[in-house]
Amino acid sequence: MVANVKDKAVIVGVHNTQFSKNSGVSELNLAAQAVKGAIDDAGLKPTDIDGFATFTMDANDEIEVARAVGTGDMTFWGRSHYGGGAATGSLHQAVMAVSTGMAECVAVFRALNGRSGHRFSAGVSEGVMTADIIHWGWYMPYGLLTPASWVAMFTQRWMHNTGVTKDALFEVAHQTRQYAVNNPNAFFHERPFDRAEYDAARMICDPLQLFDCCQESDGASCVIVTTPERARDLKQPGVAVRGVAQAAAADQEQMTSFYRDEFAAIPEMEIAARNCYEMADLTPDDIDAAVIYDAFSPIVLWQIEAWNFCGAGESGDFVLDGALRPDGRLPCNTHGGQLSEAYIHGVNGIVEATKLVRGTSLNQPEKAVNHALVTSGVGIPTGGALLGKLD
Amino acid sequence: MNADELQAFEDEIYAFVGQEVYPPTPAPDDVNMPMIRQWAEIMGDTNPAYLDADWAANSSRGRTIAPPAMMYAWGQEGFQVTKGRSPNAQSNLVALFNKHGYTGVLGTNVKQEYFKEVSPGDNVTIQMVIDNISERKTTSRGTGYFFETLSTFTDQHGDVIGTQRFKVLKFIPQEQPAAAASADGGLEVPTRIASVRGPDNGWWWDAVDEGKVLIQRCKSCQTLRHPPRPMCGECQSMEWDSIESTLKGEVLSYTCVRYPHVPGYPKDPICAVIKLAEGTNLVANVVGCEYEDVSIGMQVTGKVEQVDEKTTLPQFYPA
Repeated sequence: MVANVKDKAVIVGVHNTQFSKNSGVSELNLAAQAVKGAIDDAGLKPTDIDGFATFTMDANDEIEVARAVGTGDMTFWGRSHYGGGAATGSLHQAVMAVSTGMAECVAVFRALNGRSGHRFSAGVSEGVMTADIIHWGWYMPYGLLTPASWVAMFTQRWMHNTGVTKDALFEVAHQTRQYAVNNPNAFFHERPFDRAEYDAARMICDPLQLFDCCQESDGASCVIVTTPERARDLKQPGVAVRGVAQAAAADQEQMTSFYRDEFAAIPEMEIAARNCYEMADLTPDDIDAAVIYDAFSPIVLWQIEAWNFCGAGESGDFVLDGALRPDGRLPCNTHGGQLSEAYIHGVNGIVEATKLVRGTSLNQPEKAVNHALVTSGVGIPTGGALLGKLD
Repeated sequence: MNADELQAFEDEIYAFVGQEVYPPTPAPDDVNMPMIRQWAEIMGDTNPAYLDADWAANSSRGRTIAPPAMMYAWGQEGFQVTKGRSPNAQSNLVALFNKHGYTGVLGTNVKQEYFKEVSPGDNVTIQMVIDNISERKTTSRGTGYFFETLSTFTDQHGDVIGTQRFKVLKFIPQEQPAAAASADGGLEVPTRIASVRGPDNGWWWDAVDEGKVLIQRCKSCQTLRHPPRPMCGECQSMEWDSIESTLKGEVLSYTCVRYPHVPGYPKDPICAVIKLAEGTNLVANVVGCEYEDVSIGMQVTGKVEQVDEKTTLPQFYPA
């Protein structure tokens, strides 16, 4: 049985801070800016906020953000684990809080100095003994230290199994860059690239080259979630959460589920997709646009298959037919994605999916966007959400 | 240094590429048994092909040979270097780096290739050139440039017996974290990041230290599992023992970790998920071949090897 939270929580405010390689300010500063910006966008007051949802990886204590912003009394805070797997996971927390009445206005945020501070590309290293550090210990001594190295291992096998080539990876990377060209807050604003530049770029971990990888970024993003009743009185058209799900599948590991019978697969996202569609009473045909988590270009392809926009192994042809483009079947990552806008752990993706449903994306497709998909990172416990116009 | 100064500096260093450090120079002494004997003794190498004339007479070669790795030893300058060397392209390049603050020096790797054997009585000629200089790199030691010399060794017939590439990082030293310096202030060579050993996994790494790769086995239902964990996911038994892997396996996937390069690791390590003949998967390095030679489905054989001063790991070779 799937939980029934359809349309019981609504995104009413969104905000991105400026994204940069060196914010020059604290992560708390970024969090406060993002939360306040989203509150303003919604037409709420800081004192209306009574809950927070963020990532276990976020360094900002909820109570510190609350003091900085001057929120009301807090009745809910919840965090999701597993890095980018928490993108829609934090939205999931907020929806559960709002739909059960534990809180009325929850700020979902992620703030990080991901370039000037702790860099994910710095990899993992030894430390105190936890199950997590023991897990990384199976990979560290061999040199598998970075997200790119773990994802490369999946990608190599997936390309071998499906016959999908770098042409499809290029199409993903190139199309998100084309969208970023129009986005002043994207790192690659007005900076297109071509196939020659893509092919010539440095190999990071075979087969992933530089432009297959996202941007290490400083910045913060926030969305405000509230009840449908409250949403109807606010400034912006409400964007309802039709469905939201988290999932981990058998033999799941963090980034390295290399012990499954077939590890070039993301069964956890198939579970999340099935549950979201069922909860929302929607099918892939109902989804008009998407923000698909793109820490690396190939993971977009796997998710297109997991969400049943095409059959298994067909995502290469799907994107090469132009599906991700403005006039395609599934305009995707219209903000430039994390490959080309900024890597804010997917919360900037929730901001963009909300804008797509509002009709205010900088690259708004000409067709009506009644429903948009937004997903979390994969290779880890993951999830996704289906957003639609509040009735 | 502004952009123009940097450009001028780089123009100056890149002009060294292709310059000869040593013109072809015959070694002062022919290949000879006393030096071979000393080298083999210091290295602990007891290969009879180097030292045992009777054994060698009956071998396919018919005579003893010098250890191939000695090729660089024949032309070494000896104690005269303590009085200084006359300037050459390499010392001039190093001086240029030093003058601009790139005073740090780190020999990063040496790669030798062998093509022909030499025996006592042969003479080895060495020639060295500056082969390449990298673009400006930011490393954990500091910002700098890698330069590589290429030495070519020939015998008295003019046949190439081997080559040696020696790569050096010249960098602007950064303050090193305290952990990087040992207590007596000496330079500690970085090693691979060690796996933390806890109650659930330490026994596995302890076995690797002893040269064995074990696979955990449920005592109740006999299911093998890796990585180790305290309970059997099939029957929930907490009783387990282990079997030793034959280290025969097949590559399920692989990648070459080219960037970033982490101190303590070889350059461009090949990492693979290997399906062991016993049925469980293991992540390890593939060595003994080039990246281009690795493929999914490739059969491999593992050995437990000490890979640096502190680290012992299973390493897999093409079968």
